[in-house]
Amino acid sequence: MKILTEHIDVPGIETIDVFRKHGGYSALEKALKTMSPDEVTEEVKKSGLRGRGGAGFPVGMKWSFLAKPEGVPRYLVCNADESEPGTFKDHYLMMKSPHTLIEGMIVSSFALGANTSYIYVRGELMYVIHILEKAIQECYDKGLLGKNILGSGYDLDLFVQPGGGAYICGEETALLESLEGKRGNPRNKPPFPAVKGLWQCPTVVNNVESIAATSWIVNNGGEEYAKLGVGRSTGTKLISVSGHVRKPGVYEIPLGITVEDFIYADEWCGGIRAGHKLKAVVAGGSSVPILPAELILTTAAGEKRLMTYESLSDGGFATGTMLGSGGFVVMDETTCIVHNTLTFGRFYHHESCGQCSPCREGTGWMDKILYRIEHGQGRQEDIDLLVDVAKKIEGNTICPLGDAAAWPVAAAIRHFRDEFEWHVKHPEKATQPGAVFMREGASWTL
Amino acid sequence: MKVTIDNITIDVEPGTTIMQAARQIGPHIAPPAMCYYEPLKGSGGKCRGCLVKVTAGSEKDPRPMPKLVPSCITQVQEGMVVENTVNEQVLEARKGVVEFLLLNHPLDCPICDQAGECHLQDFSFEHGVSKTRTVEERNTFEPVDLGPYIKLNMNRCVLCYRCVYTADQITEGRVHGVMHRGDHAEISTYIEKAIDNDFSGNVIDVCPVGALTDKTYRFKSRVWFSKPVDASCDCGKCSGKVTLWYKGDDVIRVTARKNIWGEVTSFICNTCRFEKKKTSDWKIEGPMAVPRHSVISANKYAANKITPAFPMKQAAEQYKKIDDNRDRSFLNAPKELN
Repeated sequence: MKILTEHIDVPGIETIDVFRKHGGYSALEKALKTMSPDEVTEEVKKSGLRGRGGAGFPVGMKWSFLAKPEGVPRYLVCNADESEPGTFKDHYLMMKSPHTLIEGMIVSSFALGANTSYIYVRGELMYVIHILEKAIQECYDKGLLGKNILGSGYDLDLFVQPGGGAYICGEETALLESLEGKRGNPRNKPPFPAVKGLWQCPTVVNNVESIAATSWIVNNGGEEYAKLGVGRSTGTKLISVSGHVRKPGVYEIPLGITVEDFIYADEWCGGIRAGHKLKAVVAGGSSVPILPAELILTTAAGEKRLMTYESLSDGGFATGTMLGSGGFVVMDETTCIVHNTLTFGRFYHHESCGQCSPCREGTGWMDKILYRIEHGQGRQEDIDLLVDVAKKIEGNTICPLGDAAAWPVAAAIRHFRDEFEWHVKHPEKATQPGAVFMREGASWTL
Repeated sequence: MKVTIDNITIDVEPGTTIMQAARQIGPHIAPPAMCYYEPLKGSGGKCRGCLVKVTAGSEKDPRPMPKLVPSCITQVQEGMVVENTVNEQVLEARKGVVEFLLLNHPLDCPICDQAGECHLQDFSFEHGVSKTRTVEERNTFEPVDLGPYIKLNMNRCVLCYRCVYTADQITEGRVHGVMHRGDHAEISTYIEKAIDNDFSGNVIDVCPVGALTDKTYRFKSRVWFSKPVDASCDCGKCSGKVTLWYKGDDVIRVTARKNIWGEVTSFICNTCRFEKKKTSDWKIEGPMAVPRHSVISANKYAANKITPAFPMKQAAEQYKKIDDNRDRSFLNAPKELN
């Protein structure tokens, strides 16, 4: 069952005529002509759709928190700043089928009563911005955007805003600051954007995938959407797979398939590359905890792990992880976890905005320590020091970037401590090109 | 609105922050503040030094808040219960914040003009640990001249953004700001331009550390060798209420007056600060009230003559266990040193 990517490989789907031939903009007509804004919100609530940007907060509930004071404009902002290492699903969707997003934007803006909406796209994706702008122009020409859309009396202007290429601008309040033309520093919360967002007006910020899914929900009903998936994880999810699998790429999966199926079935990743074994998986983008092979396939209780929000976080951070944004990075036994952690640590050091002290100084400190360990100058106490620094950053920062920087380091040491110790004890071996520690008796040991 | 901080209950106005409520109780309860500055709107929330634990959100919803919250920007609720100095988690987090702030901060207090009136010194003395865990090289920057009066030493900056808010709120047309990001973020003017306006000198006063210093005062004296005296003048531009710092008979520095939280209550103009350095320019009001714990008060006033019993009593009251577990066995001392 595919919702977002059903027609994505049809030639010319990026043009409005081909898109309409395949059922495009039917949800827009249905919503504007037969439904009230509250009815659309109600359908989204019924669908149980959860935010696809990482946190998994129910979209319908987020919409219902939006303050609606008289005489104050409301805004919908689409967060297309996708910068998490390992995640590239929004990029793929916008590049191939921009109208899927634009239709969702119009329907969602209608539900929220927003007359101006923005798509904030990360600055590196300039060609995607051109694709989106072309598609928006087509909509204006056909009367799907602008004044009095389809004679319903509803007006909407849609703008594309390129970002400056900072990871932090994917955090919703930093995104709003950046959209206002300021330095992209996250704001202190409360007040939340639903009360004071863009230009101090009520604002909803949603991920590309969440917004794109709303048009299908309007067309087919929230209950139909809720039938897909398992429990509170409803619908489908785009997963960006990278790493040592046979078929990396973007897959739309119904939530609820097992992780084992997802990695090994030919329909999805097609298994680990020939002659190698699964060592570890980062399941939801670089910021979520890394899990070793046995814990990603089965939970600590011995049940098969499913691709759902609940199952992946089963066991908390001790033995679980998160679905996050769906950046599924698979590593085989040739991967050095210390090196991988250093790469992540370096990224967060580079991308910290520098506003609050734990994140500004802590990310740099962790990066320097990891660099020493990787390059054969680690000390035994550095490993515990890393855990302690991560603990002191986590939860004490303004925005979740601090948590995102702390979790991968803490998790790597939690599950692969022996690998860090090996680097400290045998620097001469560890600094050889391509040297990787092999745990004795582990499922990935060749 | 009733709020309980460290088991002390106080009645405050709605809209008060936890920090303001704690300050109403007294200095021994108030959380430390490196970035929060009450006269500057929008400041706070950045240094994370004032994190506190809220063990009951309000009377209606008595659940504890999951994370530590910054007390300077969190408003109190009816029946809120806050733990500050009595909570282990809070003290641990503060140790972390001190450690992070000192990570790239040079230990050049002996040659720093701010020493003796530095908030970071106070903060690390009160909440930090006595040993360091870092072996990394510090990030360094070159010192920059911001016009004829102000020197910027970015190495010492803790990025509290106070000077940015000051320039925004009391001067016209801010020309400096924060550039770059992360731990290489720096305060800078556009292409090293001078900060040139009548109230620019106030950024020196709001700076909690020695990053922004007065070029007319630099290296002239240690702050504890000078005598602070409150004085005033009729100034058309500002309130004219200042503190003069004397060394012998010379006025070596003029600053705005600060309250017990180290916050400037009325900002002064550059003419008062940099030009009027003669006693005849001023109407002397009397000695500035200096808190007893401050190093500035040392050996100044005969009225405070200390009897031998007093330091013993003070030591007993203020005794604080120092977290220092270095190996001292070589000192041939009893093993259980506190």
